[in-house]
Amino acid sequence: MLETVQLALPASTADLRKLKIGTVAYLSGRIFTAREGVYKRAIEEGAGMPAGRDALGLANFHCSPAATVNPDGSYTVGAVTATASFRFAQWLDGWFELSGCNVIIGKGGMTSDIYRNSFVPHGAIYLTTVGYGTGALLGRGIKRVAGVYWLEELGLAQAVWVLDVEKCGPFLVESDLDGNSLFERENAKIAPGLAKLYAGSKPATLRRYGETDDKTEEVI
Amino acid sequence: MISLSSVQRTAEELMAKAAIEIPDDYLDGLRKCADTEKGDLSAFVIKAMLENYDAAKEDRRAMCGDTGLPRWYVKIGNEAAVEGGPVALEAALRRATARATAGVPLRPNRVHPLWRTDHNNNVGIGAPEIEYAFHPDADWIDLITVHKGGLFGSDYRMLFPGDGIDGIRRFYLDTLIGFGKRGLACQPAIVGVGLGGSKDTSMVLGKQASCLRVVGSRNPDPKIAALEEEFKALGNSIGMGAMGFIGTSMVIDCHIEVGYCHTGGMPMSVHMFCLSSRRACARISADGRAQFRTDPMWFTDYMRRETVEWERSTAEAAE
Repeated sequence: MLETVQLALPASTADLRKLKIGTVAYLSGRIFTAREGVYKRAIEEGAGMPAGRDALGLANFHCSPAATVNPDGSYTVGAVTATASFRFAQWLDGWFELSGCNVIIGKGGMTSDIYRNSFVPHGAIYLTTVGYGTGALLGRGIKRVAGVYWLEELGLAQAVWVLDVEKCGPFLVESDLDGNSLFERENAKIAPGLAKLYAGSKPATLRRYGETDDKTEEVI
Repeated sequence: MISLSSVQRTAEELMAKAAIEIPDDYLDGLRKCADTEKGDLSAFVIKAMLENYDAAKEDRRAMCGDTGLPRWYVKIGNEAAVEGGPVALEAALRRATARATAGVPLRPNRVHPLWRTDHNNNVGIGAPEIEYAFHPDADWIDLITVHKGGLFGSDYRMLFPGDGIDGIRRFYLDTLIGFGKRGLACQPAIVGVGLGGSKDTSMVLGKQASCLRVVGSRNPDPKIAALEEEFKALGNSIGMGAMGFIGTSMVIDCHIEVGYCHTGGMPMSVHMFCLSSRRACARISADGRAQFRTDPMWFTDYMRRETVEWERSTAEAAE
């Protein structure tokens, strides 16, 4: 049976300190979506954040919701799941400074090098969605759309959606405040069994640039 | 004559079904994984997904927030006619895609590759893709929609006859392990392998093998069927389960489809249809009635024919 916790947002460093990798977490409070479109605009183009920290919260979800804007201006949010986070590593340092976020939620995590170099100095952890993805369950946890920013500029999928959630989950703690990674722990356990799968097999006739035969490496 | 209104009505219903309802064959396959999975984290993930399917159906909400790239497969009976012809048929499918994107709602995933323009309706240049096939002695059309995830779990490689079955096995493992870590492929998956054809055909065949055959189906060539069984077991012996956690739930089933290729080569593709294997199908008869089903019945004896002329099967001729 996996340990399960309820985490109130915004979370204090003391709250985050208690979280161990592999723990199941449910969230209550405010989260907001931001991915490459937002990072480019906020950091590279120098637009800064679309709103203050009170308005957005401190938990950044790598997500585009399946949502629509109704004719009366209200929003319908159906399912929500995360997109793979490793693609956003390049913006992280600037992003932590700008946003003050201490919880990043996404798919698949990042490398422990990135956790140690970027997350740990900012007191941040990473939560991964489960599945992937439990879009309908997470959708149920959304109680209100508190605001949408940069909808015109970035479109529905890349806009900043501010969501008030209640017992929203499940998520898994992928990195802790020391920068350990659950995925890397699991990879290390699986690695010793890989060689026997390839026993007696020879590399493909036509090789590819940059190819590796070290199966302990990752593609991210 | 099949009315255009019946095409569009059916297409819109298919869009919603694909996004919301996990097909029975995939669900049965995942339940079997749930029964046998020993890894605690992998078992937790599968249990959460089973709950998620129920939540999606109860709320009529998409099962996954990434609702994939909607596309269409259309099989047209040789005697079928659609009101307004093929141009009107395509317009109806594009319209149904756009309307369902707002109606379900689906995520408007489709953007211009360079300018990232998003029409917020999953329609654009070449989107949704529409592939066609035909069937002899029939006056119906089959509509199949697949909303496959678009980023991870597929790969292509030009192998050569000298690489042999061993080379096929190796590239299969490479793809599963590479994309299985951290669960990038959203496994356990229906793994489709395309062998042969030209480069693009091998990609098309592999994708169709993963998306257009039901779990438990086997290739009619007994040696290929045996390879499908072997590859399913091989994938589940990697030691990796859901999300790349320790476990045995990697492959719900493995499907292999072949096409004749260049005498010097053996192109191969691998595709993984994920925990939200979104597909829905219906047959529209000449009077406009739609019958919904979960088996696309895409690969038929006619589709896999090897000869110049098509001759009815001997069983049919004997009757």
